[in-house]
Amino acid sequence: MLKLILRRLIGMIPILFIIITLTFFLIRLAPGSPFTNEKAFPPEVVQALNKQYGLDKPLYIQYFNYISGLAKGNLGPSTRYVGQTVNEMIANHLPTSLLLGLIAYGFALIAGITIGIISSLRQNSVVDYFSMAVAMLGISLPSFVLGPLLVIVFSLTLFWLPPARWGEPKHLILPALTLSGVYIAYIARLTRSGMLEVLRADYIRTARAKGLSESVVVLRHALRGGIIPVVSFTGPALTFLLAGTIVVEKIFAVPGLGRIFIEAANSRDYFVVMGLTLFVSTILVVMNLLVDIVIGLLDPRVSYK
Amino acid sequence: MAKSNSTILSVRNLQTHFYGDGSVVKAVDGVSFELKKGETLGIVGESGSGKSVTNLSILRLIPYPPGKIVGGEVLFDNKDLLKIPENEIRRIRGKRIAMIFQDPMTSLNPFMNIGSQLMEITQLHEGLSSKEARKKAIEMLELVGISDASKRINDYPHQFSGGMRQRVMIAMALSCKPELLIADEPTTALDVTIQAQILELIKSLKEKIGTSVILITHDLGIVAAMTDHIAVMYAGKIVEYAPTEELFDSPHHPYTKGLLKSVPDPLIDQEKLFQIPGLPPDLSNLPKGCPFSPRCSNVIAKCQEVPPIQQINDQHYSVCWLEN
Amino acid sequence: MSQAVSDLPENNQLVVGTSLWQDAWRRLKKNKLAILGAIILIIIVTASVFGPALSSYSYDQINLDKSSEPPSWEHWFGTDQLGRDILVRSLIGGRISLMVGVIATAVSFVIGVTYGAISGYFGGYIDELMMRIVDVIYSLPYLFLVIVLLAFFTKSIFMLFFVLGAVSWLTMARIVRGQVLSIKNQEFIEAARAVGVETPMIIFRHIVPNTLGPVIVYTTLTIPSAMLSEAFLSFLGLGVQPPLASWGTMVNEGVEAISVYPWQLIFPGLMMAITLFSLNFLGDGLRDALDPQMRKD
Repeated sequence: MLKLILRRLIGMIPILFIIITLTFFLIRLAPGSPFTNEKAFPPEVVQALNKQYGLDKPLYIQYFNYISGLAKGNLGPSTRYVGQTVNEMIANHLPTSLLLGLIAYGFALIAGITIGIISSLRQNSVVDYFSMAVAMLGISLPSFVLGPLLVIVFSLTLFWLPPARWGEPKHLILPALTLSGVYIAYIARLTRSGMLEVLRADYIRTARAKGLSESVVVLRHALRGGIIPVVSFTGPALTFLLAGTIVVEKIFAVPGLGRIFIEAANSRDYFVVMGLTLFVSTILVVMNLLVDIVIGLLDPRVSYK
Repeated sequence: MAKSNSTILSVRNLQTHFYGDGSVVKAVDGVSFELKKGETLGIVGESGSGKSVTNLSILRLIPYPPGKIVGGEVLFDNKDLLKIPENEIRRIRGKRIAMIFQDPMTSLNPFMNIGSQLMEITQLHEGLSSKEARKKAIEMLELVGISDASKRINDYPHQFSGGMRQRVMIAMALSCKPELLIADEPTTALDVTIQAQILELIKSLKEKIGTSVILITHDLGIVAAMTDHIAVMYAGKIVEYAPTEELFDSPHHPYTKGLLKSVPDPLIDQEKLFQIPGLPPDLSNLPKGCPFSPRCSNVIAKCQEVPPIQQINDQHYSVCWLEN
Repeated sequence: MSQAVSDLPENNQLVVGTSLWQDAWRRLKKNKLAILGAIILIIIVTASVFGPALSSYSYDQINLDKSSEPPSWEHWFGTDQLGRDILVRSLIGGRISLMVGVIATAVSFVIGVTYGAISGYFGGYIDELMMRIVDVIYSLPYLFLVIVLLAFFTKSIFMLFFVLGAVSWLTMARIVRGQVLSIKNQEFIEAARAVGVETPMIIFRHIVPNTLGPVIVYTTLTIPSAMLSEAFLSFLGLGVQPPLASWGTMVNEGVEAISVYPWQLIFPGLMMAITLFSLNFLGDGLRDALDPQMRKD
């Protein structure tokens, strides 16, 4: 198992390399520079700024400098927030996004799996149709429609929760709820279909023939196999999470990494864009590896050779 | 107090139907039989004859939807298993009546090691602690002939061969020394050489523990060696019932005769293999009267009416109009 | 006296078979939600195409006197900040959103099917290589690159099509390749070859019809997914640019005024949600109809 992990980690490196290179050249190929979009700086100032950030050197040298900086763990400076490095910015804003994401996903897992199990046990009943219809709603309602709707209902009409603000735990509720919306839907559907398939299996009949109670059959025997699609889903789910976080942070004015990225993209803050892209890619690859490991643990038939 | 020849299971007029897209399949349509303590009953028939459904009905393991037990009685220990509450029948399942299934590959939970699957039975029904349950599980594995049991108990089903998995299933079924073992085609999915071993195992364990057995199969060779009585099923009904030897020596029902003729005899020079003509019956659309009549070579006009139960002797009956 | 078996009426019945498509159509018709989705879809598409012509307002007709008015008889959905009629804008927005969804899906369909079919049919090294490439691309943080492309280069609508189609073709290619592989090795292809059927015939008459099922389902489900992505990008200001409007851009504008003029957000938002809803139900229904065992998300 350890060998597998090592091999996968090493395999990560070429992929990350491709990503950095791609992003790097993509960004540079674009017209303009970090300084041409803001106020109309006189050309000498632009030149001086370019020199200061090393942007006047030939492209391949810039690339080389960047890579060597990476090897030391240095992601470069921000051109928009003068004086801050990308590392600092990530460190400052990561906890917020992380907190939001974890709460949203955790809630989605609990709610989604529960709904999915109940639906699978009451297939084709009113409960089932209703839950699946609501789940479909979750998939169809984009977070940027759901979010404002929740705000309208809970903040503006019922005055239960504060709208866009950050600082106290209660500010977390609406953004987390909005973010989790799509997941609850997918997870509920996946759990339901996974469970339905498992419940049809012969070994469930064996479990019942042994005299086990229905809850033991479902929770001990069926769930183990039924939950696997949900675990596999975690990989692609993260991609959604990114998108969702960016949107949610915009709607609710949450100071997280998503907001930083959009600002950086719009103001051509090269290093921030590259740094964040690299950071996020690394997380994605590592998480996918974790998912595979967990599946290997859940399903003893899977062998990694 | 109970005589050694007392009846332990009495099935009367069992009816189980399956509901589909507007059609009703009468999978079991009025099945009755009795099983005496210590005996082995063989139930023989083609696929779709209703033999498996009959036995699943005994333990109320018919999934609803689409299936439903719509009538009859199953008397076990003076109680009608079809009418007792759910928690009571759960106490009987696995403990007093146990079942083993056809395909050991899919009948064991691939995600749990076999130790857990064995232990949960005794922990549930006999209240054993996990240590005691584990010890018992190892004993059972050894009893069914799995060597190195204390190590293998931690293995998963996919790490066993087909024959060994079936042994594990037998170990699971017999853990609580049930009074009745229902074996649903226990060897059909296994290689021929392994089949004999498994059957021997069932036979010897039956004698050791004193369990009565219902053995379901389509293979006449198996029933010949293992059973005391045989019930032949067709289209959801029993068409003939007799002590084993007598069935082979003097079958009465045309279907039984057809089945026996279909088994090629290596000692006879046959030019053509014998086949019962026609197709298996459509259970949602049975003909009036005798369900076998479309394929029967001795069919007469009277067969359009439901045939009576002809008592040939006190142990042998046949459901047919023809007299012999 | 016995009758010949063949004289009995039961044995003279004809057995009528149904083809896969007839079977699927029958199942689809029974799925009420899918039919409902289809009907709603037709209504919305018709409204988007023909609706604006029926209105007395045009989508870019600015009327600052009537800025941000709530829904009324004159303006069923109210007006936006610039006094433009929201109903007409929603319908036009629908045209754009639907068009983007369909074209992006078409792009990914063409690329994906071709790529997948080639990879699956030839197998061996070619297949390995092609799928490796797909794996690498798949692991790229698509979203980030998309944002970079749109923010740094151009926000033209063609870039949008390209970018949206560029991701979903991967899964389409995988699906098609999987189908082709599994069919290629099935015995009936060998049987056809053994009888002398030639390769192009094999591809068209045997392989293609059998791959169509999952492909149709996935295409139907890609449309709402592409629309969602477009709306998402527009919401961030990176998608459809003014003066064109899509549902995404309208929601973006509506969010800012949410506490004061909520209808500016609700109407386009709901229209989009209902359309996506219908497409998803239809796609789901198709999936269940074409293969009830294909229940995987």
